[in-house]
Amino acid sequence: MSDLNELYQEILLDHNSKPRNFRKLDQANHTADGYNPLCGDRISLYLQIEDGVITDVGFQGVGCAISRASASMMTQSIKGQKLETAEQVFDQFHKMLTEPDAELDYDQLGDLETLAGVAEFPTRIKCAVLAWHTLRAALEGKSDGVTTE
Amino acid sequence: MTTATSAFDVARIREDFPVLQQMVNGKPLVYLDNAATSQKPQSVIDTLVHYYTSDNSNVHRGVHTLSQRATEDYDAARSTARQFLNAASDQEIIFVKGTTDGINLVAHSYGRQHLGPGDEIIISTMEHHSNIIPWQVLCQEKGAHLRVIPINDAGELLIDEYERLLTPRTKLVSITHVSNVLGTINPIEQIVEMAHSRGVPVLVDGAQAAPHMAVDVQKLGCDFYVFSGHKVCGPTGIGVLYGKSDLLEAMPPYQLGSEMIKSVTFERTIYNDLPYKFEPGTPHIAGAIGLGAAISYISDIGMDRIFAYESELLRYGTERLSAIGGLTLIGTAAKKGSVLSFVMDGVHPHDIGTILDAEGIAIRTGHHCAQPLMDRFGVPATARASLAFYNTKEEIDVLVKGIDRVIEVFS
Repeated sequence: MSDLNELYQEILLDHNSKPRNFRKLDQANHTADGYNPLCGDRISLYLQIEDGVITDVGFQGVGCAISRASASMMTQSIKGQKLETAEQVFDQFHKMLTEPDAELDYDQLGDLETLAGVAEFPTRIKCAVLAWHTLRAALEGKSDGVTTE
Repeated sequence: MTTATSAFDVARIREDFPVLQQMVNGKPLVYLDNAATSQKPQSVIDTLVHYYTSDNSNVHRGVHTLSQRATEDYDAARSTARQFLNAASDQEIIFVKGTTDGINLVAHSYGRQHLGPGDEIIISTMEHHSNIIPWQVLCQEKGAHLRVIPINDAGELLIDEYERLLTPRTKLVSITHVSNVLGTINPIEQIVEMAHSRGVPVLVDGAQAAPHMAVDVQKLGCDFYVFSGHKVCGPTGIGVLYGKSDLLEAMPPYQLGSEMIKSVTFERTIYNDLPYKFEPGTPHIAGAIGLGAAISYISDIGMDRIFAYESELLRYGTERLSAIGGLTLIGTAAKKGSVLSFVMDGVHPHDIGTILDAEGIAIRTGHHCAQPLMDRFGVPATARASLAFYNTKEEIDVLVKGIDRVIEVFS
């Protein structure tokens, strides 16, 4: 039960019910769609990037609490950041979920730290990383979409 | 002979299933994912152990004692499956890997032989991907078309629409007996009668019917009937394709190799008789024998009694789940098997599944390999509790408590 409480923390549930930056960006110059075929989660990610800085970001889609909260927190953490910084956060986040003993920069992770409990639920890690893989696809110009499979 | 009305001793039955006697996440396991796969009684496990311990050998080849024993048991399993479906003869029972394999066999063999450009195959909105994709690909290959019978909001086939879809271009109807998501029991006899009056054969996907009700292929009148062993308390990797012998006789083999031949020269091969023509290579002998044991086990309980007991569980589960605010049942057909698919306001099925698992409750969440059906109901996924004869009302109470916990977490 403690694992479950750890997983569904208040911050996560808040991001799920009131996702931040949940909108389509008409002026986006980088976009990508992500899909988790296992559970049907879908995300569309919109980025406006100017001079190597993510000046604005938005997302839309349907998904479980973990995928929605992860996407919402991600948009918060990368908005206004340089692309290199966004990559660093991605690496930190990925390590947090897949390498139990990794040393992490919690300042950089911010709210994302509340998703650490997902590591205890191997079947749900894909939910948490969907938005992030979609981000990478958008940055690499793979607008035709990614899947977690 | 037991009857449908005699007491159903579920406590005694549960003792036959070792897997049910365990704790999961500190709670007694409540296994409600039977539509995905069923648990195995000790008699099936013992049969597999006995086969590998004492009789393991190849079938239909050796003159030695072990081969004779294996062959006898393998053939006996076929007879058991024939009785289970009330097929006319053992040669109409083909052992396959499972339902998917059986449908693929018919699509590749019968389908390729009979389908041409402009022809049509009829399926329904509620099909599992396994009863969509083989036909879709076959149609693409042949320049033929897939036609889909729509359903109403309760999840019942629109028979009038089906009637309209049946045309001189229709070459096959392939339909599920019971929906794996909605639980709907389709009126197979009527569907077959309507197709046959136009000379169209019918394949029935029985994956979700065979474990739960008596199936009589002669009464249904269908031309092909397919089910999976692992959903009827048998091993994985084994299943049955029933086909009417005149159809099977006229069909070309699906896969080629040993066992399915009578004689081979480098110039030509004469194929074996039914059913061996469709069973190339060394078959899943242990699986077939295990399936025979599984069918014997559920037949001893009685399929009519299983259906009656599960119907009462379904009635109870429907009543309890319907009373939960913010929960919507998907699939409310008048004639329904023991499946409870649902969605909850503001909670994704995956989160429901994770929270229930923490309570020891196993359900399935997702699209259940029926994405077109999810689209029909406008949901990305559902949570599904699917019941078997070894489940109890008390377990449904635990499910309801678990759902209360979901609501608590997400409130």
